[in-house]
Amino acid sequence: METLMEQLAPNLYLYRDKFYKSFSATVEMFWKAGLIAGVVGLLLGVLLVITKKDGISPKPLVYQVTNLLINVFRSIPFIILLIFLIPLTRAVVGTAINVKGAILPLVFGTVPFYSRQVEVALSGVDPGKIEAARSMGSGTVGLIFRVYLREAVPDLIRVTTVTAISLIGLTTMAGAVGAGGIGSFAINYGQNQNHPDIVNVCVITLLIVTFILQSLGNGLSRRATNCGLLTRHHAGEKEKVV
Amino acid sequence: MIEIRNLNKTYHLKTGDVKAVQDVSLQIGDGVIYGVIGYSGAGKSTLVRCLNLLEMPDSGSVTLEGTGEITLKGGKPYLDGKVMTSRQLNGMRRGIGMIFQHFNLLDRCTVFENIAYPLRHTGRSGKEISRRVRELLALVGLEDKIDVYPSQLSGGQKQRVAIARALAADPRVLLSDEATSALDPEATESILALLQDLNRKLGITIVLITHEMAVIRSIADRVAVMEDGRVVEEGPVYDIFAEPEAEITRKFVSSSLLGKLDRMIAEDSDLVKVRPGELLIRLTYRKDCVEEHLLTTAARTCGFDLNIVLANSEYLRGNPIGGMAGILSGERENIEKGIQFLRQNHVSVEVIRDGDADGTACAESVPVS
Repeated sequence: METLMEQLAPNLYLYRDKFYKSFSATVEMFWKAGLIAGVVGLLLGVLLVITKKDGISPKPLVYQVTNLLINVFRSIPFIILLIFLIPLTRAVVGTAINVKGAILPLVFGTVPFYSRQVEVALSGVDPGKIEAARSMGSGTVGLIFRVYLREAVPDLIRVTTVTAISLIGLTTMAGAVGAGGIGSFAINYGQNQNHPDIVNVCVITLLIVTFILQSLGNGLSRRATNCGLLTRHHAGEKEKVV
Repeated sequence: MIEIRNLNKTYHLKTGDVKAVQDVSLQIGDGVIYGVIGYSGAGKSTLVRCLNLLEMPDSGSVTLEGTGEITLKGGKPYLDGKVMTSRQLNGMRRGIGMIFQHFNLLDRCTVFENIAYPLRHTGRSGKEISRRVRELLALVGLEDKIDVYPSQLSGGQKQRVAIARALAADPRVLLSDEATSALDPEATESILALLQDLNRKLGITIVLITHEMAVIRSIADRVAVMEDGRVVEEGPVYDIFAEPEAEITRKFVSSSLLGKLDRMIAEDSDLVKVRPGELLIRLTYRKDCVEEHLLTTAARTCGFDLNIVLANSEYLRGNPIGGMAGILSGERENIEKGIQFLRQNHVSVEVIRDGDADGTACAESVPVS
């Protein structure tokens, strides 16, 4: 493996430790920012859907404020957002550089996109199902967890996949605040030192990661359509076991 | 007993206000299958949603057994003088089952989970829920589909699951919003039979919304006819069929009993042309006279001739009803005597065309009573 790498990409071989470090920095940024952005984005997406004018708990003021904030942050290019947020990042996490300093801007860059996508996914739930659940006495919380979030799972998986892939794109820019990662490795060691093999390997690596994410998302989404994601045992079977 | 009093609901749309329900008052007795018929846009769906407050009426009151009188002021529900809490509202809704045209099952839940939906989070144990779901599935005849997802069911089966789900929490009332409109004739019939069966077995009150007279005819006990947000006519299905008063009711009924007659008149068919001295009449026999040979008796004793254009009779909720259209000829005096005789024997007689009407003979169609 190592000799093959030496032959095909001699420069990468030379800097392989840096490459591994960069890759793990990208992975770290991806899952940390992704996890936080996922939770916050889901919350905001749900908030948008339920507070909408014809939502299950209409609150025009809440909706408009959330909507405006999301639009504002969505329209700032990420590379600008990175430096714009430096004071905030410093105040919140104590530093604005390294992987630690990149998480917050990554979250800010992902949440607006993700919450919009979640909003679209949840809006796709048939209003008839909501009405039926209301007729059975479900309140707002019941409607969110038992109908919206549950029925929208295939779409939620789809939009999460799209967002995850776009988040990988964002992590490559985090080098601008010294967070490292594949992106900055490709620029500093590949482009700036004129090592095309390094650039090529970085591209291939990102392609593979994207491909894996997309296939995983497609597969899960298909599995979850019109049935439970995991084969669930219903209460009746449990009773038989007991 | 459900009592609706002076219910109003207006939608404020950009294109203007739509008065979906206007001053509707109805009483729906316990254990009755109550039909509400009207064309789309007549406000029947809104009316039925006002019963479980899925739509909040602007004003009026709804009295439900087990809940009490809910008064609406300024679009807010009041119970015993206090604004209803969402807990009270949801509790009230649990006491009313509802089924829909498009079934509205949860696609990602099995049949079991769909039916268990109203039972969960109500303090029932898993065992209890499981027992109840099996009971309900037996009631609707789908025991073998317990682990199946809705996408694997036919329309009729989906509606059965929806019915089981609506009945899960033991409601006293079942609201049916065009429940058979998306089904083929066979499935429609079986769902209607099921509803009737449930009504008899469980004594559940069913409020049935439809635009098809056939649905009303086959299972409803009483019917309200709606047009433009108002109830224009209300009564036992048999009476409404035998003597429809409002124009729209007549349309619904005639499409059902002597459907072709109206078309014949509209197209001025040769079959309904009358010569001078003749009369085109429509007779409706009710249960108290349908079995007697009144017509031939009248023709014989009074002395007139009859040419039958169209005749039909059928059973409605166990009672016979008959309709006939024909052309009477003979001495005018005799014909009038005959009509008199029929009317005395509770046959309703409508003169549709009079061959003597100011010389133009068949050109004029006398508006039905």
